[in-house]
Order: sequence, then structure tokens, then C-alpha cells
Amino acid sequence: MTPMQKLLQLPVNAMNMVKTAQDQMGQQDEAKSPVMTPDGGNHNWYNGEPNDPRHIRFGSGGGDQEERAHLEEGGGSLSSLVTQPLRHDDLKEMLDSNKDSLKLEAMKRIVAMIARGKNASDLFPAVVKNVACKNIEVKKLVYVYLVRYAEEQQDLALLSISTFQRGLKDPNQLIRASALRVLSSIRVTIIVPIMMLAIKEAASDMSPYVRKTAAHAIPKLYSLDPEQKDCLIEVIEKLLADKTTLVAGSVVMAFEEVCPERIDLIHKNYRKLCNLLIDVEEWGQVVIINMLTRYARTQFLNPNMNESLLEEGGGEKAFYGSDNDDDTDDEEDKEEKEKKKTEATAIVKRKPYVMDPDHRLLLRNTKPLLQSRNAAVVMAVAQLYFHLAPKAEVGVIAKALVRLMRSHSEVQYVVLQNVATMSIKRRGMFEPYLKSFYIRSTDPTQIKVLKLEVLTNLANETNISTILREFQTYIKSNDKDFVAATIQAIGRCATNIGEVRDTCLNGLVQLLSNRDELVVAESVVVIKKLLQMQPEQHSDIIKHMAKLTDNIQVPMARASILWLIGEYCEHVPKIAPDVLRKMAKTFTNEEDIVKLQIINLAAKLYLTNSKQTKLLTQYVLNLAKYDQNYDIRDRARFIRQLIVPTDKSGALSKYAKKLFLALKPAPVLESPFKDRDHFQLGSLSHLLNAKAGGYQVLPDWPEAAPDPSVRNVEVPEWTKCSSREKRKEKKADKPFYSDSEGESGPTESADSASDTASGSESGSGSEESGSGSESEESNEESESASEEDEEEEGKKKKKNVEKIKARKPVPESESEPSSGEDVKKSEKKSKPRIGSSESESEEDDDSESESSESEEEESEEESEEETKKKKKTTASKPPSKPPKKENKKEKKEMSLLDFDDFDPAPSPSQVTPLNNFLSSSLVTDLEGLSLTDNVLSPTTIIPSGNLKTYELLHRITGEGLSVEYCFSRQPFSPDPHMVAVKIQFTNSATSEAKSLHVEDAKLQSGMRIKEFPEIEVLPAGETISVVMGIDFCDSTQAANFQLCTHTRKFFVSIQPPVGELMMPIFMTENEFKKEQGQLMGMNEITEKLTLEEKCQGEHAVVQRVTTAANLSRVPCGSDKECRFAGKTVTSGSLVLVSVVTKEDGAAQLTVNCEKMVIGTMLVKDIHQALTQ
Amino acid sequence: MIHSLFLVNSSGDIFLEKHWKSVVSRSVCDYFFEAQERASEPENVPPVIPTPHHYLISVLRHRIYFVAVIQSEVPPLFVIEFLHRVVDTFQDYFGVCTEAAIKDNVVVVYELLEEMLDNGFPLATESNILKELIKPPTILRTVVNTITGSTNVGEQLPTGQLSVVPWRRTGVKYTNNEAYFDVVEEIDAIIDKSGSTITAEIQGVIDACVKLTGMPDLTLSFMNPRLLDDVSFHPCVRFKRWEAERILSFIPPDGNFRLLSYHVSCQNLVAIPVYVKHNITFREGSSQGRFELTLGPKQTMGKGLEAVLISSQLPRGVLNTNLNPSQGTYNFDPVTKLLSWDVGKINPQKLPSLKGSMSLQAGASKPDENPTINIQFKIQQSALSGLKVNRLDMYGEKYKPFKGIKYMTKAGKFQTKGLLRGRAWDLKN
Repeated sequence: MTPMQKLLQLPVNAMNMVKTAQDQMGQQDEAKSPVMTPDGGNHNWYNGEPNDPRHIRFGSGGGDQEERAHLEEGGGSLSSLVTQPLRHDDLKEMLDSNKDSLKLEAMKRIVAMIARGKNASDLFPAVVKNVACKNIEVKKLVYVYLVRYAEEQQDLALLSISTFQRGLKDPNQLIRASALRVLSSIRVTIIVPIMMLAIKEAASDMSPYVRKTAAHAIPKLYSLDPEQKDCLIEVIEKLLADKTTLVAGSVVMAFEEVCPERIDLIHKNYRKLCNLLIDVEEWGQVVIINMLTRYARTQFLNPNMNESLLEEGGGEKAFYGSDNDDDTDDEEDKEEKEKKKTEATAIVKRKPYVMDPDHRLLLRNTKPLLQSRNAAVVMAVAQLYFHLAPKAEVGVIAKALVRLMRSHSEVQYVVLQNVATMSIKRRGMFEPYLKSFYIRSTDPTQIKVLKLEVLTNLANETNISTILREFQTYIKSNDKDFVAATIQAIGRCATNIGEVRDTCLNGLVQLLSNRDELVVAESVVVIKKLLQMQPEQHSDIIKHMAKLTDNIQVPMARASILWLIGEYCEHVPKIAPDVLRKMAKTFTNEEDIVKLQIINLAAKLYLTNSKQTKLLTQYVLNLAKYDQNYDIRDRARFIRQLIVPTDKSGALSKYAKKLFLALKPAPVLESPFKDRDHFQLGSLSHLLNAKAGGYQVLPDWPEAAPDPSVRNVEVPEWTKCSSREKRKEKKADKPFYSDSEGESGPTESADSASDTASGSESGSGSEESGSGSESEESNEESESASEEDEEEEGKKKKKNVEKIKARKPVPESESEPSSGEDVKKSEKKSKPRIGSSESESEEDDDSESESSESEEEESEEESEEETKKKKKTTASKPPSKPPKKENKKEKKEMSLLDFDDFDPAPSPSQVTPLNNFLSSSLVTDLEGLSLTDNVLSPTTIIPSGNLKTYELLHRITGEGLSVEYCFSRQPFSPDPHMVAVKIQFTNSATSEAKSLHVEDAKLQSGMRIKEFPEIEVLPAGETISVVMGIDFCDSTQAANFQLCTHTRKFFVSIQPPVGELMMPIFMTENEFKKEQGQLMGMNEITEKLTLEEKCQGEHAVVQRVTTAANLSRVPCGSDKECRFAGKTVTSGSLVLVSVVTKEDGAAQLTVNCEKMVIGTMLVKDIHQALTQ
Repeated sequence: MIHSLFLVNSSGDIFLEKHWKSVVSRSVCDYFFEAQERASEPENVPPVIPTPHHYLISVLRHRIYFVAVIQSEVPPLFVIEFLHRVVDTFQDYFGVCTEAAIKDNVVVVYELLEEMLDNGFPLATESNILKELIKPPTILRTVVNTITGSTNVGEQLPTGQLSVVPWRRTGVKYTNNEAYFDVVEEIDAIIDKSGSTITAEIQGVIDACVKLTGMPDLTLSFMNPRLLDDVSFHPCVRFKRWEAERILSFIPPDGNFRLLSYHVSCQNLVAIPVYVKHNITFREGSSQGRFELTLGPKQTMGKGLEAVLISSQLPRGVLNTNLNPSQGTYNFDPVTKLLSWDVGKINPQKLPSLKGSMSLQAGASKPDENPTINIQFKIQQSALSGLKVNRLDMYGEKYKPFKGIKYMTKAGKFQTKGLLRGRAWDLKN
């Protein structure tokens, strides 16, 4: 490196030294240039130039003279050899000058030369000096030049390296990236070690953009020196673990180019890639999807393996179902479920297929990309679905593919090729879009032919008549290639669909009288093929065709007719010899294929009707004997030996008849796209139907799925699902659920498990919201956690709980644990957790909080108080039977609800507008449930009972109607971006209030309101609770609206405390730290405070903070620190709170939030809560 | 991935080449020229051509072939889509994408190509980022650059690539804050001679021109979002929001962009806004043929048909025509046999017609009587599918933007066939 730097410090000397040598070299190159550049096009171009004076005028003052010289250079590369050094001296001079504008001018010309394919390599020394130029454009153009010629001028290129090395250390990420980009683009083998070093360094750069550039550099280095593969794989492995979307596409690209066989590198990153996918730039998406398709083929089981046993019809039916693209995921899943059930009954003994949750994850996360504007992305998803999805789900891609048909004709061309292949395997998928494949006269021929292919593939008994009608109009087209293809297509329809064979044949015969010879010829060829299937019935057609020999000149058609007559000569015994007679006359003028068929005809006739044709045959054979074509001579000789009995003729002649008149099988007219799907669709190899270089074969599904646990990520994440066996064991323990676990149970549940896993990584990766049928098991898991939760809480409250019969949650019935078991469990919990599973970590959290709870007398009392309160409320309304039932049902439903995105399960009270007489008691009932059921928010100590109620309408102003509201802290299920507000109406008047509803909301822009269903009647003295949702848009602005009764309207407003604008989310300690690290600076607000006396102690702090704000606790190793996490309801911005307690009640409060206003207000509120 | 790019003009000359990896000799294009010769029409050159060592993937736009050289397996659509993106970028920069424009701006073109691909893999394809890197040439800037010697490469380092919204540059400022949305629908239809629709579908786009300061967050809602069942979005659109609420929520790119395109398929009934009656007959043995064509509006929702243009490829046997248009001008090219009639606006009271005779080649056989008739037209202020924008809201910025929405319907591939269908063959079904 030092010598290089020296060189650079002495550029003048170095330059002069190499200059002369270089000039000579340059001349040689120039002399060779005609070889490099075929001059066919060039001359035109250059000659045309003077007519186009604007062309290379870049606008500098003294341009004219130089330009002429410049043009001369273009004019004749050979003749200008003498003047060349002179002219290039001009440019060199300009490059050597101090003025940037001159340098720029020179570089622009040089780049223009490169663009035209002119050799400018002799300028290398002059250009390379400017690599360190301050002017950005000069620099960029120098880079362009360098990358183009460095390979040819390796030694000189080294002069520039030190500049780039300096650039790699620049504080500006963009300069670092561009230095790496150019450095890695210089294809000079000597600098391989430097490149390797630079890539390694850049791979751990802070800036994702530099890391992306590093990923781009990997394939460059690999192509330069494949021996670096092992080192590069290490870098790829590192970059694959990168969590930014910017890097993902590029590194997968590098992976595909360097080590596509190392599929094992993907395991750990699989889920992350799936979740990032939607945010990756479009080009990266294509690469990732293609790679994941291959990956999935090696790791998962064939989702259609059971279906293959079922008859085809079943599968077809399912298509129609899923063609309806509005299907949401759950619907599909339901469908699938149903199907599986039927299957399960059909094949009882077979092990039911269980889709790997990761497989489902991939399918789900790619589906939205069908909506991409980029055709390549859509195609990539389509091929993924085609190769990986269960049959019933593949249908969704059809609509997107049909949409692409509107794009540029090149796009159409590729898409149609793929549709043609797909339509053979999955005809039903495209049938609804049949008309989209109709051909327009303005389509290019290649598109027309492909559309024909698709139409033919889609033809079946029901639609054949429309298709044939369409085909008829095509036959009239001016485009003869297309007409020929249409006739072929008709032939294929006729062979495939027996019902229309006669119609087609008749139609084709009509075409025989067409004025266009090509049409007739093509028809003859097709008719010949069709007739072979049932020759007996069609002797009249054969006769008709025999007559055509006089007119048709197209050799292939003539040959076909002759073959037909020969083959079926017994059907036309009178005409055949006559045809032969005519042919014998014209024999010498016929094309070769026709001659061969004449010989054939003669031979066949000789065998069947030797009396009439003996002489003719001899004549023909004699003519053939002296033909110019050896093939024909050979044939004649061979046939003569076979058919004409002579003394010497061998045993074969006895069998001549058998040989010639054997029954020939009818040809099968097949689509050229049949079996093309063994190539990955959308690939170049598929398009060409030949393996292209670097094509990675799409592997077959494995017989048995490889271990799925390889994809588990080691980072302790509470969301991660435990291994399957464990879950299964758990399941086995619970007879209660056994009935709800159909065949589909494992699949669906596995799904949701993956969902949660996904969520943990991407924040909110999964798309669907609470879909009912999806996640039995994940909830079971949570259930199990809840049991733990309930156990302890339950113990304390047992006495109370038992009293409150109506409220008793169902699962608890079996979760009353013996104390021994309990101990065991807590023992288990105390084990250190490594790579702990979701449930375990949750248990841990619980146990922490619970234990703290049990330590604190106060809280115990409190909770008892709460339950008492509950009891009161429930007692006030005696638990009638219907609510109980309802309750039970609801509870179950709740357990079925998906809790992805870590939202606590939506409270069912909001889900359904229940009958009025039920709802009031139900709400309270369910509220009670949420106490024991805080599985879903295990650390939210503050239960609903402690919710602060605010007055909305006073009894007096409301004329007897008093309204209170509180923030129920349940997610509002109709719209997760809304804050749920529980409103309680009490009618203390003497008459009943009617039709209570909300009207005329006056909202700040962006705010939305979801009204509660109208309350028809509120009898005097009764109380009723309803829930409405308000989207406050993450602001504390009040929502104003009118509350109406049948008689009056009241203006009311609800203003949320800042703490209610968020909802709790779960995080691990590590995640918390990571997120906190990303929300520094302006987003962090720290405040010192002194805790109030009563408030010293971990539990009290937790209690106060969670009262002030709807946050959940994050587990923490130290008891000096309490952490809380949540996200704002509308925008989902993270809100992180931590309180570090010190001695003597001193404490430090830190709030990290993207939204500074919320952060500031929250600090104020929490500060107040902790100090007062 | 993409190894090299050659630009070939209609006369078969390579006028620009760019290599992203080592240099591929331009002789590789000979295979392309062969295919070009074989193809009867320029658009019939196969988009993918295999050669012994390379694959050539080409697109044809503005009578320029963009030929990419590929060395190994790559999804062909990936390359095709990228090439189209290149053309779009050129068009965006130079207004037109012609050979002359590219030659005039060869340095800018080269700089663009350099930024768009790195080692053959797309790097920056968003026009906003590119414009930050390389300023588009304008007349003023060219003059200033000539005098001062300054450059058209951005002095500032681009930030867009690094931000979470890669399609929008930061620090946008406008004095007039405007957001315009054009709902443009094209109707594609095939209509048979009797006037019944064989297939019709509507292809719509919403093109936006957004010039707003700062980082506005827009939401666009529709009166009837149900119509949009098949859509594709600009990457800025939040997909989940659309799925959940059928509202388009997005941080817009700066300047012109296509927000979404949609497709109303032929399963829904599409109202055809125009009808054509034509009667073209040739008599056997006579050297004359009759030509009659009238057209009129139909289901246009009260909006007038404008810029109506009829074109038809007459049979080869037609030597010349002698036609009489009731309005507008007509033109027949005896070489290409292309008849075009610029009708202009249709007055519903007085329907335009074109009548007259055609002279045929003597002795030639009677031509088929089925020339296809292509129709172009425009309907202002109406989207044929009935799509209506409900409202546009802006969040994140304080000022009040000026909002505008325009609707337009155009004919896409709209043609009537000469043949009366279902007559020729007797079909049982």
C-alpha cells in the first residue's frame, strides 16, 4: 500500500513515465478497434453526426475546433491514426488544467466516447489523476471512466486505490458507500485483499446504506476471485442477520450469486425475511421471494399431498370457491379447514397434513404483494403461490396475472408464457378470466399466438362453443402466421374435446374452400391429424381433399393429402389411383416432402391394388431412382425391394403389407407448454424451456419435513413458540379442548404461533386482526399461562371467586391445582431460562409480579376490595341464567381470538351489540373476567375496577339522566386504532329514557368516532353500560358530540388523559433496551423526582404508573428499576417508560416516545402520580 | 444480473452502450439484428433471445430497442420491468425519450444509468432520489451551466435513500401547495358488427401531481371503493389501511407519480359510450367497393364525446378511396392502406358519417369484408366506471393545500369487428 501512496504523491513523474508507453498501447488498441466494434452500424452513425450539430455540443466556448477533431476521430478510426495523439492531447491538456470547467468538459467528451463504444483507453493516465478532484461531477465521471477501463489498465488503476481507501473512512456514509462501490467495481485482481477487507469492514458499518453497498460488492468480488468464497459466505451470513429492509434485498441477491446451495444460512433468518418482505424495495422483493420459494420447497411438506389422492373434481371445486378474490385469509382458512375435515373422513388412516406455521407465514406475507405496481414482484408472488400454496389458495394469483396483461407487450409476453404453463395444470383458475385472453387485431403476433395457446388450454365442454366462435373470427385475420396458429388451435380443441370434434372437422373442411392458400394448407394438415382418429366415417372428406391436390401448392399440405389417401386408400378405392397418376406426372417438379409421400402412396396402392397401379408405381420409382436428393433415391430403392417380389427378395417382402398398412396411432396434439412447470415459473429457464446458466433447480417436496426448529431464533423472545412436542403434551393434558381441536387444529394454531413470532420481530408485522377461527393453540398457550396466573390469584381470591358463580371462567374448572403441582411449577419457573419459550417467560413475568404482590399486604387488600366491588356489582344484578350462558360462550370465543400484535384480546362486550337487557350485566361480568383473565396483559396490575370514572353529564343538567364514562383500557375491536370508552347511563328520573344515541360529532380533523348502538329504552332507575370507540389521533383534544335522548340533546365532550391514548404491548428486556436505544435525543425526556412516602417500593410504583397510563410492565433484572411499554393507539408509536429508584425516595423517570408532545405530557402525568 | 445495455434505433444502429460488469462486445447484438430481420413487424421481435453465451432481453419503446445483455438466470420480467423504468426515467428527465434526446443528453443518461444499477442490480430507481442525485436538464440550467461551468450533479448528498420514505425527498418547499389527482379510465372493448359487446373492461389509473411542502400525510377516500377490487399501488400506499378501511393513506412522492391503477373487469357490465355502424362491401368482379360508416354516442351520462378518431386497416386490395365525411377530415394512405378519420367532437343532433366508394385493384380477388375499426375518443369530467373520490385529507402539516380532482375517460383498445359472429359454423352447443 505504501508504494502505491508514494506513486500517488508523485503523479507527474509516474504519469510521464507511463504516458509514452501508454500512447503506444493506445494506438495498438485503436488499430484493433474495428475488430472489437463491428463497423456495420458505426459508420452510419458517425456519418450522420455532422447533420446533427446539437449532438455533442456540450457548450463550452472554444468547442468548434475540438469538436471537429472529435468528429474526425469518429469518422474513421483507421484513417485518423496519425492525428489521434494530437487530438487526445487536447483532452489531456484540459484534464491537466486547473480549471474544473475544463476538466468537466473533457470528461464529458470522454464519457460520450465511451457511450458510443469508442475506445478511450489511452487517456487513462490523464483521467486517473483526477480521481481526487473536488468537483463532484468530474469525480463521478472519472469513476465512470475508471470502472470501464480499469480492467484493461490494471497497473495504472492502482493509482486510484488510495483515494478510495481514504473515502472508506469518511464520516459521511454516502461517501463511504460510493468509495466502496467504485473500489469493488474495479476489476483488478491485485486488489482482492483490499476489497475483501473493505467489504468486511463495511458489513459492520453503522449505516445500513453502507452495509447495502457491501452486500452489492460481494458478488463483484466473487466473480473476480471465486476463491474468496468462504470468506464471503461469512460476510453474507453476517449481513443476512441484518434487520434493516435496506440490506435484505441486496444480501439475498449476493447469497443467490455466491452460495445458493447454502440453504442452511437462511433458517435463522427465514421468519425475519418473511416479515420484512413488504417493506423491502421492489427489486429486492423479487429476489427474496424467488429464494424463499426454493427454500420452502426443501423445508416444508407438500400441501397438496393428500389431495393428490382425492379425485380431481374435488380440487376443481375448491378453485371456484377461491376464485372469489375478496376472500379474506380467515375465509380461506375456514375453507381449508372444511376441506381438511372432509378429507380426514375420507382418508381416516392417513396422517392429516399439517401445514408448517412458517409455510403459512410465507404465504400470508407475500399475498399483499400481488398488489405491487411492479410486474416482476407480482410474477414472483404468483410463482410462489403456484409452487407452494395448497391448491385451494392458488386461485388468488389469477386476477393479478390477468391485470398484468394490460402492461407493455413485453410484460404480456412473459406473463402469457407463464399463464400458459399454469393453465395446463390449473385450468379452473383462469376460466373466469377467459375473455381477458381474447385477441385484438392490434396485438403483436407473438402475443396473439400465446393468447391462443391459453385459450386452447382453457377450453372445455362448457366454454368450447364461445371459444370456437372467437376462433372463427381470428381465421379472417390478415396476419397469416396467426391464422395458421388458430387452425392448429382448433385442431387441438377438437382432439381434446370429443363433443366438438365433428363440428371442428366440418368447420375446417369449410376452410378448405377458403381463398387463402395458407389457410387451406394449414387446415389440411390439421384435418389429417383429426381424421386419423376416426377415418371410417369421413371418406367423403378424404375424397374432397383428393380433389384439392389440383389447387393446393403448399408442399406440407400436398404431402398431408397424399399421405391421407395412401393411408385410407381402401376408403377411396377409385380416386386413389387417379391421384397417383396425376402425381406421377408432376413428380419431378414436386418438393422433397411431397415426393416422399408420392412414393409412399405408390407403395401402398401397389400393395392393395396392384392391378391398376403396378405400372404407375414402377414409373414413380424409376423417377425417384434418379432424383437429385439421396434421401428420395434411398427411399425408392428400399421400397422397391420391399414391395416388388423378386427372386432375391428376402423375408421382409412377405411382411410388406403389414409394414406399410399397419394401424398408426393417432397423433396426440399437445401443448408445447406441457410439463414446463418443472422449471420454476417466471424464470428465464422456464421462458426458454432450457436450463439457463446459474439456474437453481426447484427441488421436489421432501418426503418428511426437516426439523422445523432450525428456524427458531435464539434470542430470548417471549413470543417464540415452544417446540411442538411440548405443545402437544400440553394439549393432551387438556381434555376440555379436545373437542374443539379438529383436524385443522394444529395447522391453524401453528399459524398463529408463527404470527406472534413475527410480531415480535417487526413490531407489527402480521396483517390480520383478530380473526376468530385462527388461533386455538396460541391462545391455549396463553391460557396455560393464564392458568398460572389464575392459580395464584385464584388462590387468594378463591373464597371470593367461589361466591361469584356467574363470573367463574371456564378453564379455571380444571386449573384448580393441587398445591403440590403448584410447587413443582414454581420450581420449574425458577430455572434459568435459556432460549425460553413464550409461555415460560410469561410465567416468569407473572411470577415476578405475583410474588411481589403477595409480599405486599396492601395490594392484597386492594385486590380483595376490588373483588368485593365486583361482587357488589354482580350482586346488584342477580346472575340470571342467560347471561351465564352467554358468558361461557363469550369466554370460549375469546379464547379463540387471535391475539397477534400483542393486543390484549378484544373484549367481547364491544364485539357484539347485545340485547339491551343483557348488556349491562354482561359488561360487568366480562369486566370481572378480565380481572382473572389478565393473561393477555399479565403485568397490568391495574384492573378495570380501579378505572377512574369521569362525569359526562350530571344528573341535574341531564334532567335525571346521569352519564359517566371511563376508559375501559380494552382494545376497541371494531377498530384497533380507537380508544374504547365505556359509558354508563343511569336513569334516575321517574320516566324511562328512550333512544339514547350519539349525534353530530364535532371532531378535530383526523379524529373519528364509532358510536355505540342506540339504546332503545332505559327504564327509570336502571343503569346501562355501552362502549364507544374514539380515535383521538394521538392528541388530547376533546371529542365533542351530542348525546341525544328522545326528547333532548346534550352537548358533551370527552377529553382523554394522555395515559389513555396508548395501549400496552409486551416486550422483553432486550427489546426494550434496543428500542430505547433507538429513541434517544429529542425523543427522550428525563426527569428527576422524589417519590412520595407511600410510593416507595416497587409495587407501588408499578401501581401508580399503570394507573396513570395504560402501559404494561416489562420484566427487568433489577428491582431498582421499573420499565413499562406501550404504543399509542392511533399511530402505534412506541412509548417506553422507565423509573429508576434510588435511595431516600429519589428517582429518575425516563420517557422515550417518538411523539414528543405525548412524551412530555406523559412525563408530567406520571410525575404527578408518583409524587402526590 | 444485467450485464450491459445497448440502445438500438429503428435503422438497426447501436447508438449507446453501457456496461455494468466487464465489457461485452457489441457484436452480441448481431443475434438481435437477426431476430429483428426475421420479425415482420418491429414489435414482433421476441423479448428474450438466447445466444450461445448470453441472453438478450429487449423492450421496444419510442421506436428504440433497449437491449439488455444477461449472462445467467434472472427472472425476465425483472429485466423488462427495469428497462421500462429506465425509459420512464428518461422521459421524466428529457420530456421525450427519442434517439435525439438521448444523444443530446448523453452524459446525463450515462450518469443516470450509473446510479440506477450497481453491478447489474437495481440501486436507485425512484425518480425522486435520482433527481436529487442528478438534476434534470432544463434550458435555464443548461445556459447557466455553460456560463458558470457548474454541474448538473447535485451538490447535496441525497437523503431520500436513507430515510424511511425512500420515495420522498426531505426539505420540500413550495409557495403554492397543490395536490392534483387525475382519475383516468381507459375502456378496452371488442364489439361485434351487430353492436353487442364481446368483451369490455375498464383500466383506470389515478395519476397525481403533488406539490406540497414538508412531509404531508394524505388520505384519499372514495364514495364507492367497492369498485376497486383489483388494484396495484405505488409503494407509498399503506396496504393494511386499504385492506381494513378501503382508504388510501400515503405520504406522497414529490411531483408526478401514479398513485394506483385499477381494473374493472369484464364480469361487471360496462356501459359502452359509443356505437359504430359500418357497412363495407365489395362486389365480385367490380373494381368498386362501398364504404359507409356512422357513429354516435350511447350511454355517456350526458357528457360529450370528444377527440373522436376512427382508424381502420383496409384490405390490401383497396387502391384508393373516395369518401365524403360529414365533419372532420379523413385520410387514406395508399401504401399502408390505413384509413383514418379525425371526427373531433360528436354532435348528438347531427351524427357524423363517412360515406363513399373505394377503388380496388383490377383483377384481384374480392377482399374479405372484415376490416376492424379502431375508435379513439375522450369523455371529460366523467369516469366511466362511476368511481368518485370522496375526500382528500392532509395530516402532518399545518397549511391548507389546494386540491383538485379531474376525471376523464378515454378509449383504450376499442375496436369493432367486421364479422357478424356465430354464423359461419353451425355449433351444437
